[in-house]
Amino acid sequence: MAERKIEILVGVFVALGLGALFVLAMQVSNLSQLRDTGTYRVTAYFDNIGGLKVRAPVTASGVRVGRVAEIGYDSKTYRARVVLALGREYDFFPVDTSASIYTAGLLGEQYIALDPGAEEETLKDGSVIEYTQSAMILEQLIGRFLVELTSKK
Amino acid sequence: MNDGSSMGGRTVARVEVRDVHFSRAGRPIFRGLDLDVPAGSVTGILGPSGTGKTTLLNLIGGRLRPARGTVRVDGQDVHRLSRGGLYALRKRMGMLFQSGALLTDLNVFDNVAFPLREHTRLPEALIRDVVLIKLEMVGLRGARDLMPAELSGGMARRVALARAIVLDPVMVMYDEPFTGLDPITKAVIVQLIRKLNQALGLTSIVVSHDVAETFSIADYIHVIAEGGVIASGTPDALRETGSAWVRQFIQGLPDGPVPFHYPARPYYEELLEGQGA
Amino acid sequence: MIGWLQLLGRWSLGRVARLGRGHLFLVRTLASLPHLVLRPRLVIRELFSVGVLSLLIIVVSGGFVGFVLGLQGYVTLVRFGAEESLGVVVALSLVRELGPVVSALLFAGRAGSALTAEIGLMKSTEQLAGLEMMAVDPIERVVAPRFLAGFLAMPLLAALFSAVGVWGGYFVGSGLLGVDSGAFWSQMQSQVDFHDDVVNGIIKSVVFGFVASWIAVFEGYDAVPTSEGVGRATTRTVVNTALAVLGLDFILTALMFGNF
Repeated sequence: MAERKIEILVGVFVALGLGALFVLAMQVSNLSQLRDTGTYRVTAYFDNIGGLKVRAPVTASGVRVGRVAEIGYDSKTYRARVVLALGREYDFFPVDTSASIYTAGLLGEQYIALDPGAEEETLKDGSVIEYTQSAMILEQLIGRFLVELTSKK
Repeated sequence: MNDGSSMGGRTVARVEVRDVHFSRAGRPIFRGLDLDVPAGSVTGILGPSGTGKTTLLNLIGGRLRPARGTVRVDGQDVHRLSRGGLYALRKRMGMLFQSGALLTDLNVFDNVAFPLREHTRLPEALIRDVVLIKLEMVGLRGARDLMPAELSGGMARRVALARAIVLDPVMVMYDEPFTGLDPITKAVIVQLIRKLNQALGLTSIVVSHDVAETFSIADYIHVIAEGGVIASGTPDALRETGSAWVRQFIQGLPDGPVPFHYPARPYYEELLEGQGA
Repeated sequence: MIGWLQLLGRWSLGRVARLGRGHLFLVRTLASLPHLVLRPRLVIRELFSVGVLSLLIIVVSGGFVGFVLGLQGYVTLVRFGAEESLGVVVALSLVRELGPVVSALLFAGRAGSALTAEIGLMKSTEQLAGLEMMAVDPIERVVAPRFLAGFLAMPLLAALFSAVGVWGGYFVGSGLLGVDSGAFWSQMQSQVDFHDDVVNGIIKSVVFGFVASWIAVFEGYDAVPTSEGVGRATTRTVVNTALAVLGLDFILTALMFGNF
């Protein structure tokens, strides 16, 4: 009887612990959102990616459609090469879709926003996004602003 | 289980200790200890506190390793056995610890059944019978559902004794079996040791500093002190022929070869020194 | 001066000898783990005393730590208008650091000290010696099940601590302070990575569970077999586990998140 009670309570304990692990995996972390099997990859080249990080969100009209899978530097074009992993269900982006790097809030993290084009043909695994807009760099903005100020005089 | 206690009239030694040297924390405990325990006998090991009587049992049981010398049990060198060999040998030895060493989270029945459950695959019904037989031998069949915390010192020791003999050993070692017991319980234990020795054909080693009880049950007695055996023989022989030291020990005299005073500088010298300061 | 050096030398030698004993002991313990496959009942019994009996303190502490994180995080984030990120702050702090570390410290205080006291007491009452003389290896029968139970229980306890803490942070942040609950969870989910954060946190708790259980059973087994010795050993378990866990946490954090 005592043995039985102990076994039941240990069972409860293990179930609780595993349940907590499950909660951490599904509820707290991003495990539920991305399964790499359910994505296709497209590449985009940027002049400057600013502070973009791997795993940063990729959105379209503010809706999250994927994430940044890889960031590298291309030795031929001398530009930053960013691989985007987009969800399979979002397979309708035209090939002339443009990708821009924006910052969430003033100091927030950077993300990639997709702006759909008008072509019939859609992006597929391995496609390259032609039109890109680099990250806004604060120093460059200020520099440009100062140049404009001085040129007006 | 009694595998012969005599061969052609000559007694066979169950335990042979030869030239054992052992020291603990730099302090020598044995310096060339030699002794025999005849098979089938009750052998008493007497000696003052701190002479390493318990250490001797641990050496025989293979829990300690001597710096030099050999300990043989049934002709097997205890300290050259493999782990498996040593464990097999220990199954044939029972040991009764001073505190009983019962497992505190098991009741009396399960404590006695413990060695059977660990070492045999007997069906539960048979285990029950064996345990009840052994508990009956020590008179505690009725206490089988008590927990160790509910037992008196004497009862705990009897339960431990039942556990020590549950695997039908050929030898049982008793570590200070009489210490801290009231006279009645002491008499019970004395009687049990004798009775079990005869009924089960055991070899019993009783380590003690209780002279009267040990003399009353032992066939042979070894008195150990200062790292070796200083006297051995039957109880009667020891009473007759023992040295001054042995007589002091046996009769329990406060002063004699073993001085009352811890070694110190002359008394008057130390007192005078205090005055001068 | 010479006497002082001698003391230092003796002290160091003692330390080294203890360290060596501890490792030999660990090897023997690990070597006896396979025997437990045949006797899971022994481990279940220990899981009860190590795991089930630690549940209350873990859940309650996890809840309070979550409350405090929610409150402190909110007060700091609201200054930058970033209170939406409260979920991220709470979850990352818990999953990466506080969950494994605090639950290991609580584990040392609740379960580790109990393991040490239990084994130390069995030593001082000659139960371990008794087992040896009954041809039962105390490491196999007494130490290994306790070690394994502690090792298994620790990650579960840490996960529970983190999960309860996240809910505690949610309760304070969203329930009391008015952070949007959708933002709380979605920000958390987009920022907390399963592999980098959750799995690394679990790895930490596995390492801590190993070390905390090892220290607890070793201190008990190596205790001076007197009441005082067992008391000291229990204290040593808590102190040594705390030091080991915090030190290891730094090393593990540096390896996992330090980009070396």
